[in-house]
Amino acid sequence: MKTPLTLTVNDRTHVLDLPAQTPLLYVLRNDLELNGPKFGCGLGECGACTVLVDGMAARACVLPIGRLAGRRVTTLEGLGTLEHPDPVQEAFILEQAAQCGYCLNGMIMTTKALLMHCPSPTEAQIKAALKHNLCRCGTHVEIVRAVQRAAGLRQDEDTL
Amino acid sequence: MRRIRSNKHQGLVSSRRDFLKLITTAGAGLTLAMNLPLAMAAESTAAAGVDFEPNAFVRIGTDGRVTVLMKHLEMGQGTFTGLATLVAEELDADWSALVAEGAPADASRYNNLLFGTVQGTGGSTAMANSFMQMRTAGATARAMLVAAAAQRWKVPASEIQVSQGILSHSASGKSAGFGELAELAAQQPVPDVQSLRLKDPADFAYIGRSLPRLDRGKTDGSALFTQDVQLEGMLTALVAHPPRFGASVKHYDAAKALASPGVVDVVQIPSGIAVLGHDFWSAKKGRDLLSIDWDESVAFTGSSADMLHKYRTLADQPGAVARADGDAVTALASATTVVEAVFEVPYLAHAAMEPMNAVALVNAAGCEIWNGEQFQTVDQSAVATVLGLKPEQVKINMLLAGGSFGRRANPHSDYVIEAVLIANARQGTPVKLVWTREDDTRAGYYRPMYVHKVRAGLDASGNPVAWEQRIVGQSIGTGTAFEAFIVKDGIDSTSVEGASNLPYQIPNLQVELHSVDNPVPVQWWRSVGHTHTAFSTEIIVDELARAAKQDPVDFRLKLLSQHPRHHAVLKMAAEKANWGAALPAGWGRGVAVHESFNSFVAQVAEVSVQENGSFKVERVVCAVDCGLAINPDIIRTQIEGGIGFGLSAALLSEITLKDGRVAQSNFHDFQVLRINQMPAIEVHIMPSAEAPTGVGEPGTPPIAPAVANALSAATGQRFQRLPLKLNS
Repeated sequence: MKTPLTLTVNDRTHVLDLPAQTPLLYVLRNDLELNGPKFGCGLGECGACTVLVDGMAARACVLPIGRLAGRRVTTLEGLGTLEHPDPVQEAFILEQAAQCGYCLNGMIMTTKALLMHCPSPTEAQIKAALKHNLCRCGTHVEIVRAVQRAAGLRQDEDTL
Repeated sequence: MRRIRSNKHQGLVSSRRDFLKLITTAGAGLTLAMNLPLAMAAESTAAAGVDFEPNAFVRIGTDGRVTVLMKHLEMGQGTFTGLATLVAEELDADWSALVAEGAPADASRYNNLLFGTVQGTGGSTAMANSFMQMRTAGATARAMLVAAAAQRWKVPASEIQVSQGILSHSASGKSAGFGELAELAAQQPVPDVQSLRLKDPADFAYIGRSLPRLDRGKTDGSALFTQDVQLEGMLTALVAHPPRFGASVKHYDAAKALASPGVVDVVQIPSGIAVLGHDFWSAKKGRDLLSIDWDESVAFTGSSADMLHKYRTLADQPGAVARADGDAVTALASATTVVEAVFEVPYLAHAAMEPMNAVALVNAAGCEIWNGEQFQTVDQSAVATVLGLKPEQVKINMLLAGGSFGRRANPHSDYVIEAVLIANARQGTPVKLVWTREDDTRAGYYRPMYVHKVRAGLDASGNPVAWEQRIVGQSIGTGTAFEAFIVKDGIDSTSVEGASNLPYQIPNLQVELHSVDNPVPVQWWRSVGHTHTAFSTEIIVDELARAAKQDPVDFRLKLLSQHPRHHAVLKMAAEKANWGAALPAGWGRGVAVHESFNSFVAQVAEVSVQENGSFKVERVVCAVDCGLAINPDIIRTQIEGGIGFGLSAALLSEITLKDGRVAQSNFHDFQVLRINQMPAIEVHIMPSAEAPTGVGEPGTPPIAPAVANALSAATGQRFQRLPLKLNS
C-alpha cells in the first residue's frame, strides 16, 4: 500500500498516490503537466530539469518526491509568464539568451537561486553557479549577460 | 487516465485536454496544429475563407497578424526570425505582428530549393534558399494588399504607401491596417512574379537589423518541443536497443516488465523491444525489467583502437582520387622540406539537449507525427513506405527542436520509423517515443571517425610546392537516398569537403579517399566533413609556415591571393585580434581560416597553458563573411555557438568503441563544453552585398585547428588528434 504524498508546487498543493521514490521531474511533467523543467539526462548531469526547492536549485530528475514533504517546489511556470515575466526571465528575453532554448529552464532557475543569495555576482561567480548546466548551442555568452542584467549589472547597456 | 486524475484527486490539476488548449494559446502560431482534433489530421490549419493567404508562406488574418509558414526547422539557429525578416521587409509589416509557424510536410510547396524535391533543413541552406523566395512571398502579399486598398478607396495603387503594417493614401487621408484589408486582398488576382519589384538594399528597414527573435516562449515553458507533447490517451515508449550494432533479439521475456505498475504493453520492433507505459517513468522502470537474449553472432565487435590502426594502414596506400592538380608525388620527392602528419578524430554524438523523440499516431486514416523535423519529406516518405501508405497520408506537425546539429535529419529516418512502428502496434493510440540520454549516446548516427595522412613540401624559398592528403573513414552518403547526389566516382563529397577544395595556391595537390565499410551508424554533424578537414589542413598549413620561418597569417595571405573572401576574413580577424602583439607568459595565439557552405570564417584563438599542464582557451576573435547580413545578432550568436560546439569536440568529446560496445553513456563520460570553459568571443561581420549564405555551421570548423595552432605556439608541441591533449 502506498501512502498518499503531499507536494507543494508553485503554491498549489497536490495529493499524489505515487511511490515515494518517483523522481520529481516525471511527476511535474507527466502528472502536473508542467513543461518548464526539461528531461535532458535523467542523472542530474545536465541541469535542464532544475527547479527550486525552498529557494535552492535542485535536480528534479534525481529527486524522489518522498523527500519533499513540507517543502515548496517552484518551477519555471511559478516564476512568471511571457506577459508578466520574473526579472530573471525578462533579462533572458532582453538579452535574447536562447538558441534552441531546451536548457533555458535550468539556466533561469539556477540564476534565480544564485541571485537570491548573491544579488551582485561577479562573472566568475556566475560561471561557477552555471557550470553544471549544459548548453549545447553555445549560448553561454548571452546567458552570462542575461544573469548580469537580471542582477542589475547591465541595465544601462543597449540591447535590441 | 492514471493516478492524478483518479476521482480522489480530480480538480487538483487541469485535465490533459485543458492543458492542450492552454499551451496552444500560450505558444501562439507555433502550435496551431495542436488545436486540431486528431480526426481532422489531413485538414489545413487555415481558417477557411477569412484569412488572406496569397501564397504558401504568408497568411494575414483579419486581426492583422502576419503568420509566416516556415518550411525550415527552428532548432535554435534563428531561422524563424531570419526568414520572417525577409517577408516583413518586402511586406512593410509591423514586426510585432509577425508570428512563425512550422509548415506541414509537402514537397510540392515546401521543398528546399537547394535539395531538389526534398523538404528539409541542413547544410546551412535556409537563408541561401529563402532570400529571394521569402522576399517574393512578402512582396506578393504587399501588392495584393495595395490592390485591395486601391479598390476600396478608388485611388491609383501607385499613390498608396505601406509602412509598419499600415496602408495609407496621403491625398485622401485614408489609411487601414493589414487586417482590415485582408478579406479584400484575398480577392485580388495574384500578381505575376515578374511584375513585382523587390526593394533596393538601400531601402531595407529590417534586413541588417537585430530584430528580436520570433521563437518565443522559451523563458516560461510555453514553447513546445516534441518532448512536451501530451495527447489524450497517449502512451510513452522506451526501447531496449541491442548492446552492439548489428545484434538482434533472439528471445525476450517481458513478464516482469508487464507486471510493473503503469506498463501497458511490450512490443518487438526491428530495432529492439519497446515498453509502453502511461508515462516516462513507468516505461523506464518496465524497460529495466526486460530480460532479453540478444543474437550477437553478426554484431560488430570492433574497437576504436583497432579501427584506428586499420585506418592508419590504409592511409599509407593510394586511395580514390578526389582532386589531382599537377604531380604531388614527384613534387614531394624533390621538395626541400617535407612536413608530414597523421591526424585522428573520433566518432562524435550530436548530444542535442533534447534527446531523440517523436510522437506518432497510426489509425485507419493514416499516420500523424508530432516532431521537430529536420527532414520532413524524407521522413514522410520513409514512414509511408514502412506503413504501406501514400505520403500524403502521413501528416507531420512541426515542433521546435531542442538542438539537433544534423541529428534530426537522419537519412534512414531511424528514430521516426521506430516511433511509427511502435504506434502501428497500438493503432488508435498516440505514442511518444523517448530516448534516454543513454539511448541517445549509444544508438549511434555519429560523426564518423577519420584518419588523415598529409604530406606537404616546400621549395628552397619556402614556397609550398606539393600537398598529398589521404582521408580514411566511413561514407555518410553511401546506402542512403542521397547517394546519387553525394557520392560520385567512389568519392563521398562529405568525406573530403574542405580538403578537396583547399584554397591555397599549391601547384601540385592531390587528395585521396578510402571509404571504409563498417556497421557503426554515421551521419552529418554540424559542418559535416569540414569538422575534420579544417583540422588537418589548417594545422599542416601552420607547420609549413613554421618550416618556412614565416608568420602563419602572412604565409596564408600570400597563398590566398586568388581567394579574396578568404583573404579578407583572415586579414580582418588578424587585425582585430592584434595579431603579433605580445601575450602573457605561457600564452599562445593561433589562427585558422576555412570556407564552408559558401560562408568564410577566420578565427584567432588565444590559449593559456598552466604550469600543471592544463590549458584554457581564453579568447577567440572571429571574422565572418556570410554575404549580406540579415540579422547581425543571430549571425553573431550562431558563430559563437559554432565555436562552442567545435570547442566541445576540440577539448572534450569522443565516442569510443570497445569490443563493439559504445564506452560512453551520458554527459559524465561524453563531456561537452561548460559555461566556465567558453572563451571570450568577438565576432566581426564583413560588410557585403553578396546574397546571404548560412551561419549555422561555418563557425565550427576553424576553432579546433586555431586552438591547436595556439597550443603549438605556446608549447612547441604538435597536435594530431582530437580531443586535444598536451603531452605531460
